Amino acid sequence: MQDFGEAFRLAFQLVLTADPDLLEIIVLSLRVSLTAVAFSCLIGLPLGAALAIARFPGRPALIILLNALMGLPPVVVGLLIYLMLSNAGPLGWFQLLYTPTAMIIAQTVLITPIVAALCREVVEQLYSEYAEQFRSLCMTRRQAMSALLWDARYSLLTVGLAGFGRAVAEVGAVIIVGGNIDHLTRVMTTAIALETSKGNLALALALGLVLLTIALSVNAAVMMLRMTASRYAYA
Amino acid sequence: MTTPAPDASKPRIGGEVRGLVYRAGGANRIDGIDLALPKSSLTVVLGPNGAGKSLLLRLMHGLLEPAAGEILWDGKRLDERMRVRQAMVFQRPVLLRRSVGANIRFVLRLRGKATLEAVDSLLAEVGLEQLADQPARQLSGGEQQRLALARALALKPAVLFMDEPTASLDPAATASIESIVKRAHERGAKVIFVTHDLGQARRLADDIVFLNRGRLVEHTPAERFFDQPDSRQARQYLSGKLILD
Repeated sequence: MQDFGEAFRLAFQLVLTADPDLLEIIVLSLRVSLTAVAFSCLIGLPLGAALAIARFPGRPALIILLNALMGLPPVVVGLLIYLMLSNAGPLGWFQLLYTPTAMIIAQTVLITPIVAALCREVVEQLYSEYAEQFRSLCMTRRQAMSALLWDARYSLLTVGLAGFGRAVAEVGAVIIVGGNIDHLTRVMTTAIALETSKGNLALALALGLVLLTIALSVNAAVMMLRMTASRYAYA
Repeated sequence: MTTPAPDASKPRIGGEVRGLVYRAGGANRIDGIDLALPKSSLTVVLGPNGAGKSLLLRLMHGLLEPAAGEILWDGKRLDERMRVRQAMVFQRPVLLRRSVGANIRFVLRLRGKATLEAVDSLLAEVGLEQLADQPARQLSGGEQQRLALARALALKPAVLFMDEPTASLDPAATASIESIVKRAHERGAKVIFVTHDLGQARRLADDIVFLNRGRLVEHTPAERFFDQPDSRQARQYLSGKLILD
């Protein structure tokens, strides 16, 4: 129990003194996950919106597949991306394995289905309200898609947040393709796993605290935005 | 108050439906309607609940596909080029989750004509110029419907469909909608107005299309319809009786 208390004390000290090693890990984590979220939104939002308004044979199957992909195990994604990026793999000549880029790719693959599937749901619900009006206005698919994405912007923020939450908290994919190399590919989750196994609870706890704080503050920010949105009847 | 200039280049368009049938739930909800609507009139569609008034409007605007029959505007089959020249205001306005002004800009942009003056003049036309920056969905019911009407007018429609736009509005809001619609009609739009409200029909109509159970019962000039309707069903309807056949 003494050790535990000491670990907490040290953890707070690391956070409050802005320990350079700790900062480096946090910055890399955020860089990797935020970039992955940005790419996922670039791919997933139009994909989800298109799926929400298009009607074609096989659409229900595609929706089921997309929903199933939301539960992709990170280690499996890590393994697949590893196979693609390893020297023997089809993308081996890019030499991306064990780089932050590989981690961004893995997280993008992991959360794009989440963003697309949740976006599909949000946009489809909105479209059920707008469809007749849009048809009356003779709008093209593309015009409808961009109007729906804009009008669902506040709900889609939550979708982006869900993706970010998943990305920043996962360890399986980034540890396989990133390798948890100190000063290069070590992020919060991989560092926590490593430091805990080494018995260095202070650093692990400090990182855990930061992770929790990030999760809480992002959630609070989104909640405030949504409250503002509903006050203006935009949500 | 500035008003958009009348669109003289585009004459009013007469509509015609031939043998129109629409099926839903295993029944003919619109059952063989033949109808020719004059170019210049303000047509009011009347009939009891379930008569098919809104369905007829949606079919004529191309929102629904008929099971049989054809819809002609200016002698040509309804197509996208014709639909672009039509606009519809629904019973419950569907407004974008944006400001009042942005709702108008959105529609003007679709047609590639979004200028600040155009937005202002449309909002002035419906008396909403003071509310341009308000979130559209925070407006009162009457204001929302006026905005929906301004958005429809932004399309400079040759044909304006109104589907019970004042069903849930108070008398002042109703009067305001009616006067805007009349002005649009005077400026050249063919108006087809569905309503439940006999008083409103008397105030607005040049001719009345009376439907019952998906069938056209009569299409007569408004004056004659209210004084001496041709059909027994219309007489029952006007005297406030339920039409049971």
